Amino acid sequence: MDAAAIHARLRERFGEAIEGVDLEAKDPFVVVRAEAIAEVCRYLRDDPDLRFDCLSNLTGVDLKAENLLQVVYHLYSYPHRHSIVLKVTTPRENPRVPTVERVWKAANWLEREAYDLLGIVFEGHSDLRRILMPEDWVGHPLRKDFVEPEEYHGISTRRESLLRS
Amino acid sequence: MGLAGYEIEIERDRGSGLETEEMTLNMGPQHPSTHGVLRFVVKADGELMREAIPDVGYLHRSIEKIAEKVGYHGFMPYTDRVDYVAAMFCNQGWAMVCEKLAGIEVPKRGEYCRVIACELNRIASHLLSVGTMVLDIGATTPFFHAFREREKINDLLEELCGARLTYNYMRIGGVAWDLPPGFAERTLDFLDNFEPALEEFNDLITENKIYVERLADVAPVPPELAIQYNLVGPNLRASGVKFDLRRDEPYSVYPELEFDVPVGTGEAGTLGDCYDRYIVRIREMRESCKIVRQCLRQIPDGPVLAKVPRKFKPPKGDAYVRVESARGDMGWYCISDGTEFPYRTHIRTGSFSAMSIINEISRGIMIADLVAVIASLDIVAPEVDR
Repeated sequence: MDAAAIHARLRERFGEAIEGVDLEAKDPFVVVRAEAIAEVCRYLRDDPDLRFDCLSNLTGVDLKAENLLQVVYHLYSYPHRHSIVLKVTTPRENPRVPTVERVWKAANWLEREAYDLLGIVFEGHSDLRRILMPEDWVGHPLRKDFVEPEEYHGISTRRESLLRS
Repeated sequence: MGLAGYEIEIERDRGSGLETEEMTLNMGPQHPSTHGVLRFVVKADGELMREAIPDVGYLHRSIEKIAEKVGYHGFMPYTDRVDYVAAMFCNQGWAMVCEKLAGIEVPKRGEYCRVIACELNRIASHLLSVGTMVLDIGATTPFFHAFREREKINDLLEELCGARLTYNYMRIGGVAWDLPPGFAERTLDFLDNFEPALEEFNDLITENKIYVERLADVAPVPPELAIQYNLVGPNLRASGVKFDLRRDEPYSVYPELEFDVPVGTGEAGTLGDCYDRYIVRIREMRESCKIVRQCLRQIPDGPVLAKVPRKFKPPKGDAYVRVESARGDMGWYCISDGTEFPYRTHIRTGSFSAMSIINEISRGIMIADLVAVIASLDIVAPEVDR
């Protein structure tokens, strides 16, 4: 099934929660309202014509100019060999998106990574801890306004350029 | 090893007042069988594992953040560091996502060069995987056999691009250099010697009864669970899912090449156990040999690199590509804001999802089998952390 057909299906079922679609993009995507993402994903996984049984990728993006954080979901279906991209946005100050961990177990770690690096809070996640950065790290490094600290536990994060000497 | 008997014994102990306490053990971060720097917090009941919680991030080098600072061309050498055991695929993933963003077509000869380099790299990576796996299990000699062959591939790839591990061979739009003179003959020479050497390796260890019994029935992954956790590549195929991006979502020149997709069948015990994950890799090496031979026969003449501007500014938009790396489907996501620097890059790797499944599949197995599970999933720690 192509993106236009999938969008029509979602639109029919979820109405206003499906906010838009871009069929011209390199990978066509559907924009979903953040509160509805878990239900939309569950439907995409369970409907016999769609059967998106694989969460191929989940990424957070900082859209600083729009004061938003975005989560991008790349779904793939092994039985039907088709794919779709979903995007949700959430305010930068209080970023909250429902977890899809109970739809695909792969989401557990991917959401932890998005939380760690961008500070997106996935509501209902069973174990939302930092995964790549140290537990006591302050801030979320992939945010566009993140300023690298001068030091971490007395270890300097600066180094003289070898080219300058 | 079956554990049904042990469980009954533990139950009996509970009644007799000889209760055992759960023990929390630390494995790593520096441990010879963790294939990089990573740590497990193991909760054990005697020899049985209740939990094996992975703690990753020791090798986080913020490669995704570096991409935002160095630009599209400049990021190519950094991609080598994502997975230094199979760096060609990382090169290819990055090149392909940039080409998709900008709509660049790679010349045919360039694509063939890529496939030759990648398949040689796949053999080298699988050799490291099976070699260190037998070493983790406790057999020393086969490891040297595997590494002897891997060194020869390193020599070939060094001829091709000047480096033995961090290749930086590919460019956006093709590859940096054409095959050097005599490369085809030397590669065929290698393959002629490698195929019998692989048989020798199989005689030595693959059919060894002790080795097989050590792996059979350990930590089986049913196909539905594998997909739930997004296991990819050989790990997914070992669970019986016949899916290979090269065949099912074809890219590059793979549609012009003939090869089989080996899957696990549970031949030594249960479907998707450690032995299946091992044997799938052995069989994939043979398929890669087939592919390299076909490529060397079919490679057309022509340029290897498309004309791509130095100041590479792809149009606004985002793209996601998937490459069948040695550790399976590797996803590269990139957003362009129309400037010289990628706005956001994300790399979803095979080891990342393989690591996340360990806790679930290692409940109830012996502590000694944890190293077999890690090795059979072919985890490369830097690829988890990026």
